[in-house]
Amino acid sequence: MKRQNLSIALTGSGGSGVMTTGNMLLEAAAQAGWYGFMGRSAGPQIRGGEAVALLRVSSEPIESPDDSFDLVLAIDPGSMCRFVAEIPLRTDSLIISDAEGGRRSSSLPETPAKVVDLPMKKLAKTVKGGRPNMIALGAVAKVIGLREASIYSILEKILKSKGPEALEASWACVRAGFAAGADLPKFAGPPINNESSQERWSFTGNEAAGLGAVRGGVRFVAAYPITPATEVLEWLASSLPKIGGVLVQAEDELASINQIIGASFGGTPSLTATSGPGLALMTESIGLAVCSEVPVVVLDVMRCGPSTGIATKSEQSDLSIALNGLHGDAPHLVLSPTSVTDCVFTTQWAVYLAESLQTAAIVLSDQSLGQTRAIVNRPADIAFLAKRRVPEQFEEEYYRYAVGDSGVSPMSIPGQAGGQYTADGLEHTEAGAPSSLPEDHFAQLEKRERKINGFDYGEHWADLEGSGETAVITWGSTTGPVREALSRLREHGEDVRLIAMRLLAPERPVEMAAALKSVKRLLVVEQSHSRQFHRYLRAAYDLQAEVRVFNRPGPLPFRPNEIIAQLNTWDGGAKT
Amino acid sequence: MTNETACMQFQPKQYKSGVKPVWCPGCGDFGVLGSITKALSGLQIQPENAAVISGIGCSSRMPTYLSTYGFHGVHGRALALATGLKVARPDLTVIATGGDGDGFSIGGNHFLHTCRRNPDMTYIVMDNQVYGMTKGQASPTTGPNWEKGKLTPGGTGINPFQPLVIALASGANFIARTSSSDSNGTARVIMKAIRHPGFSMVQILSPCVTFRPEQRDWKNILIPAPMEATSDPAQAARRLLTDEGLYTGILYVGDRPAYQPKLESSIDNIAELDEEFRL
Repeated sequence: MKRQNLSIALTGSGGSGVMTTGNMLLEAAAQAGWYGFMGRSAGPQIRGGEAVALLRVSSEPIESPDDSFDLVLAIDPGSMCRFVAEIPLRTDSLIISDAEGGRRSSSLPETPAKVVDLPMKKLAKTVKGGRPNMIALGAVAKVIGLREASIYSILEKILKSKGPEALEASWACVRAGFAAGADLPKFAGPPINNESSQERWSFTGNEAAGLGAVRGGVRFVAAYPITPATEVLEWLASSLPKIGGVLVQAEDELASINQIIGASFGGTPSLTATSGPGLALMTESIGLAVCSEVPVVVLDVMRCGPSTGIATKSEQSDLSIALNGLHGDAPHLVLSPTSVTDCVFTTQWAVYLAESLQTAAIVLSDQSLGQTRAIVNRPADIAFLAKRRVPEQFEEEYYRYAVGDSGVSPMSIPGQAGGQYTADGLEHTEAGAPSSLPEDHFAQLEKRERKINGFDYGEHWADLEGSGETAVITWGSTTGPVREALSRLREHGEDVRLIAMRLLAPERPVEMAAALKSVKRLLVVEQSHSRQFHRYLRAAYDLQAEVRVFNRPGPLPFRPNEIIAQLNTWDGGAKT
Repeated sequence: MTNETACMQFQPKQYKSGVKPVWCPGCGDFGVLGSITKALSGLQIQPENAAVISGIGCSSRMPTYLSTYGFHGVHGRALALATGLKVARPDLTVIATGGDGDGFSIGGNHFLHTCRRNPDMTYIVMDNQVYGMTKGQASPTTGPNWEKGKLTPGGTGINPFQPLVIALASGANFIARTSSSDSNGTARVIMKAIRHPGFSMVQILSPCVTFRPEQRDWKNILIPAPMEATSDPAQAARRLLTDEGLYTGILYVGDRPAYQPKLESSIDNIAELDEEFRL
């Protein structure tokens, strides 16, 4: 079935409530049986400042922003100026704006789109306690074909705690918005579908990652707040106590990583979540987890770097530090979810792998996955549950770091008599005693590398689709736009292969060679200024195809038509 | 103590791993090792139910020399690691050990916040006012005029950190100072520190005979505190600020409840967490 979809941006400033409006619209879309998501972009202000809610709704599950927006609702015209680059428009796009909506004189940026005026501020003033964003909600709902009753039930639910007067005022505004919307041009959304038997969920990538963590067995989390990872920690703070787990707010990221190492040493699967600056602080101790062979998971919700960078916006530029940031030879796992839904699977898998392999796993999500709320099909239940190899009985002497065939040596847990050892960041003997002997160093380096390289990761190392001689290779959040671009090409009979990497370390040379078999042209797509992913691919894999790179830094997301254009400008187009 | 220990299941020597310490002959830390084993024996803690956690430095080698569980982590982070372990495993006896540089300089933030958080653990700091492992630099507790530090020729010129005053101000629940040369006395203090709920801070003046040989004289100048431990923080503060760091014994005993989140499930099935996402 052909996808029917609609992209809508809501901009506003200074507590104008665009995020609330956006969330209500998304919920109404969910009630209408649609799929969709809402991303967010904002300036650095804690309260106030311009913000934009970026919605896309569809009849089918979607993971990517569209090429452009159909509809913009600017509660005040000036607020749109900061987001011109983030809201591409066409000549047939429509901006609904309120010429009188701004606090100061402000006007819309130059635009190819059609503009119509809707006096939201004035209309809101006709209602006691009325707010322009509720006028906007009603107007947009009308324009895209949502039902009044659906909006009412959402208002009722969300405003329950604010009392009957607030509900009455908002409802009056929404109805005024609906009435005003009747005169506006229409952009019909997908057909309303209340019949679907498909179980659908609504969550953000950050919540999804939290769910994946606890499904994987995580019961201890240490937390230091950082944008845009905080929501993972907040969700875990309220969820863990329900399942016998605990979250501790630590004094800094150095404490978070060491707390989770301590808890995991005690036998409890453990995780922390952070963003680039926090990951940088943690790297020394992630090396400790590698050397002492204590499983931990570090979720990095990436934002624009370096340094404080742009804390509220997305970028794939922590790849290099995640892969190479540990000092010494420190083999560990690096994974990345390929969609909001996949945050569940990849985080759960990371916990499973870290526990199975007694090492550190870094999961690279990003702001665009983490802070996007999506309506999706229920994520599949996965069997991966943390399973650490623990000795059942002890010989006369216990060798914690015994160099066995697989490299994974049984790890005793405090309380087990006969299993006492000292976990150590110093190089050590098989028994765990500190050693500066070259043979011990070599044996343990080999052990730690072998256990990770020799593991069977199955088919999950990457999402592979198609079989053409042209391929696009990508990772993480850029997978969404690439996948949609290739699916559009497929509809036109062009088969372009997708390789979306989920497991970035350790390298999978055999699997990659198979995935690249007979590929003649390879397009690398990544959101990093210095081509970190391309450099990694060059260093880790034998790329025999002709390679081109489509990269740019955050925060602008890739759009499907841009990827198609890259393929089409290659001699002869994407068709092979 | 000897007669008592004779009939005990776990003798002090059973808490030693047998790994030979890297310490210099005459190092005060040998005495502390002995005191810890005596305290563990005195409390008859099963070796598998205790965990000794440390960072980096001469005294941070301690876990390796014990037969309990141990963790020798990175520089300065022992208290953070120990906190995670204790919160996840409240059944264990958790002891953190280390030196003045590890605990008060690179680990200073964790020291403040672990005192404040007050988990039920004991922190043993072997204070010798010098970085020994890196061969003799001034530490946070070094006096301003010590001129032999190679990074601070002419002395640091800054006043030393006062760990017990800071511990009190930050919320530690038990504060004591001992001398490594008093092995049995130190063992008795450690036993009480372990038994006392919450965060117990034990500063052990433990001479570095290599870089601070003058510290051999400590045993002659340290004085058992001429008064009982107080539970009044204001009184404790006055004493700690005026005793010139020379009183030994238990100096403060508080009654704050220890930090220990409950680890009980309120739902039967983890699948119940799915509900909030279901449309």
